[in-house]
Amino acid sequence: MAGSSRRLTIGRALREAVQYEMTNNESVFMMGQDIFSFGGVFGVAEGLGEKFGPQRIVDTPISETGVIGAAAGAAMAGMRPIVEMAYVDFIGVCFNAIANYAAKTHYMSGGQFKVPMVLLASTGGGYSNAAQHSQTLHGTLAHMPGMKVVCPSNAYDAKGMMHTALRGDDFVVYLANIQTIGMMMLGKPLPGTIVDVPKEAYEVPFGKAAVLREGTDVTLVGTASAVHDSLKAAEELEKEHGISAEVIDLRSFVPLDRETIFNSVQKTGHLVVSDEDYHSYGVTGEIVASVAEMDPTVFKKPPQRVAFPDVPSPFSRPMEQFCLPSAARIKQAVLDIT
Amino acid sequence: MLPSTDQQKWIYQNMLVSRFFEQRIMALYMEGKQPVFDLAAGPLPGEMHLSYGQEAAVALCAAVEEKDWLHAGHRPHTLAIGQGVDLDEMAAELLGKKSGLSGGRGGHMHIYDNRVNFAASSIIGEQMPAAVGFAMACRARGDNSIAISVIGDGAANQGAFHEALNFAAVQKLPYICVIEDNNWAVTTSKEQSTAVKRNSDRASAYGIPGAYVEGNDPDKIYEASMVAFEHARSGKGPYLLEIETIRMMGHFHPDPAPYISDEERAGWVDCVPHYAERLVEQGVLTAQEAEEMSATAEAKANSAIDAAVSADYPQPEEALEQVFAQA
Repeated sequence: MAGSSRRLTIGRALREAVQYEMTNNESVFMMGQDIFSFGGVFGVAEGLGEKFGPQRIVDTPISETGVIGAAAGAAMAGMRPIVEMAYVDFIGVCFNAIANYAAKTHYMSGGQFKVPMVLLASTGGGYSNAAQHSQTLHGTLAHMPGMKVVCPSNAYDAKGMMHTALRGDDFVVYLANIQTIGMMMLGKPLPGTIVDVPKEAYEVPFGKAAVLREGTDVTLVGTASAVHDSLKAAEELEKEHGISAEVIDLRSFVPLDRETIFNSVQKTGHLVVSDEDYHSYGVTGEIVASVAEMDPTVFKKPPQRVAFPDVPSPFSRPMEQFCLPSAARIKQAVLDIT
Repeated sequence: MLPSTDQQKWIYQNMLVSRFFEQRIMALYMEGKQPVFDLAAGPLPGEMHLSYGQEAAVALCAAVEEKDWLHAGHRPHTLAIGQGVDLDEMAAELLGKKSGLSGGRGGHMHIYDNRVNFAASSIIGEQMPAAVGFAMACRARGDNSIAISVIGDGAANQGAFHEALNFAAVQKLPYICVIEDNNWAVTTSKEQSTAVKRNSDRASAYGIPGAYVEGNDPDKIYEASMVAFEHARSGKGPYLLEIETIRMMGHFHPDPAPYISDEERAGWVDCVPHYAERLVEQGVLTAQEAEEMSATAEAKANSAIDAAVSADYPQPEEALEQVFAQA
């Protein structure tokens, strides 16, 4: 329909979905630090305090274990909380509440207690916020059974996936890379994140990777910010080397769409996986292993991983930039195997 | 016991160094970040949490001895200066230079100087259990040394607050928890987040003494610190010391803090000029001496910052070093 969509940032798109669900379902409420008047670091709650009041937009003390534990309990008792945790790094403070309590209760109760809650957190660095405020932790979260873990790379997916998260009956960890959200403090968000977003509510399913660019020579699988790096690399590879790269946005870690990735690598024979999380024991390894265990002969050359090295995020700009995935690193990885 | 005149001068000198340092940092921080504000840009990237207005806390450092340990949080500058952290190396660290305290790995929120037993890190509340651990080492050494963690009022609602104080109390460790009460945790006031009026009242929950020092007053802060530290040194166990202070420049720079009412701001008294006035009034300093101290402090701060600006960055691959002590 003409005029029924407009370009939004991920942050605005999330806010739209949250506001809609809160309007149409009384059991949805939000908890977080500095959300009632400040709107939170994402701006997801901007203006919602005024609309819904302090019992549905709940400012909390700095008490992550208490608050996330409370969210799990509220969810078990029939409510649908969203907890905003500004930085994914803070899961360290309350990992028990997340991974042992919220994630395992459905299973341990044999399905008696559902835990329909959403934990919203920003990921990633690249702006000198150092080791304890720059992590990605896709692997850490996806590794623990019992939580769905998703991360959109653009505003269209962001809104649709938030609707899916808030309407579903499961515990969802909803991540968004901080360079993609459109926060005022970080200049402009990555350009590919701002896209047309329909005004009406819609759902984007979990467990389906998105093929953003079709190609024949190499499969580039990316997550979050690395999706945009992969797209940039693909353009340059085409222009400068005549290499046709297929770009896949993983966007859902749990459930994971192994089939789409496998089909692509089967077609291209070459795989480069990019992820801003630490290199070892994480998402890039999981993708490579998943393809290999389905059929290792699809690899014409060894698969390549472009990730953050196994070091804490350094503060100093040249050191941090050295560690981050980039279009240049992805391009080089492709050239190394083609 | 109030500070001696020598101690008062020491306190004032360090407050001045801290203030001039923060002023240079504020200006440097904004370079390159405008017109569209970008945390990543400029010579001083990342987040910045200024101690501006909280300099009176340096007075507790006047009561700290060389063998004592101090752990701060994400707003560490004044405390680092008070503890004797190398100012040149701290400035270099803030700019991510190779000559920085951590070779550029830590930055503003992660300041360490093992020569003066100082640490600061950025997850709210984590400094409390760590300082309790410092206190265990102090006890093992048997030299009457103590360990201090400095937190904000917001951190008192962390689980770690409860655990650290209870554990330290059960173990009777020489641990001091200092709360800098500036009434704000980012945009959330203490009243909005905390079930009691004063966090120092929570001391009774752990069977330990608690004290509250009003007025952002260096002399009173020193006096109360001596009482608290002596309690710990003599083996009586932990102490909860809360000092009222003022966060004058918002949570992070350049937070204009619109959520702080004009009424609250009207009550603010800047501790730096206020202390100068008192010292001159008391005859501890002449007006000229105060001027000279100011010039010395400004020169020291400028020297550190200027050197940091022209210092070299580390090589990019140095990012891979220092994960472990042994490969």
